[in-house]
Amino acid sequence: MIPLSWYLILAALLFGIGLFGVLARKNVIAILLGIELMLNAVNINLLAFWRYLTPGDVTAQIFTVMVFVVAAAEVAVGLALVISVWRKRDTAYADELDMLKW
Amino acid sequence: MEPIQIVFLIGAALVLGSAVMVVTRRNLIHAALFLILTLSGVAMIFVLLEAFYWAVIQVVVYIGAIAILIIMAIMVTRNVTGDTVKPFNNMAVWAAMLSVVASGSLIWALSYWPAFDQTAPVADTGEYVIRLLGLELFSAEGYLIPTMIASVLLLAALIAAIKSAFPISQEEE
Repeated sequence: MIPLSWYLILAALLFGIGLFGVLARKNVIAILLGIELMLNAVNINLLAFWRYLTPGDVTAQIFTVMVFVVAAAEVAVGLALVISVWRKRDTAYADELDMLKW
Repeated sequence: MEPIQIVFLIGAALVLGSAVMVVTRRNLIHAALFLILTLSGVAMIFVLLEAFYWAVIQVVVYIGAIAILIIMAIMVTRNVTGDTVKPFNNMAVWAAMLSVVASGSLIWALSYWPAFDQTAPVADTGEYVIRLLGLELFSAEGYLIPTMIASVLLLAALIAAIKSAFPISQEEE
């Protein structure tokens, strides 16, 4: 049998890798890839808690539905913004997007 | 060591190894292809968790839609010089330290939790759970309103995506 701790450690490490990607990468699309990794770590945690603590209840799975929906919406809007910015400024690097900086 | 534990370790190594490749690859297409590998590994972890429905949804939604969308966006926007630029910003060392501290403190904090080493209880995780999930999602006593809000959010996000990705016409400028 696999103890719950294995899943939690895997999710924590995956979240850390995704956090590094969000903080350290320059390209906006690479930052979005990091966010996807973090959302997947959250999904592993939610489903592990569902299986090990409340397998007869589906509340954890409802949360997973919401995470999937928000992930899809976030990627669609994020990539549309990247394309829009790329059209105007011809760049996809976060440190070159300083129009709002004063 | 039991066979199921070896399967879990293979899946975890696949997920973590390809996740490291996603955040370190200079070529974004390679990073996106490694992201597909990570998502497949997560689907494998979902199967081990007996969340079969979510393994299917993971493949259909994440690999089938989100990963393909990301690859299309990379192909549309990639700079010619993009592969020669340094992929990390100046704060990469601090970001790495912060990530290690964040996951380390998460594991440390969770290790004091009494249920940390719990094993899975015997439960019916097949058709019953999927039927219950569908009933809960669409019953007024359950989660009908959050489901409706989520669908409106998706619609609004897609309209916003179309509006902002659409080329700006000459008259508006």
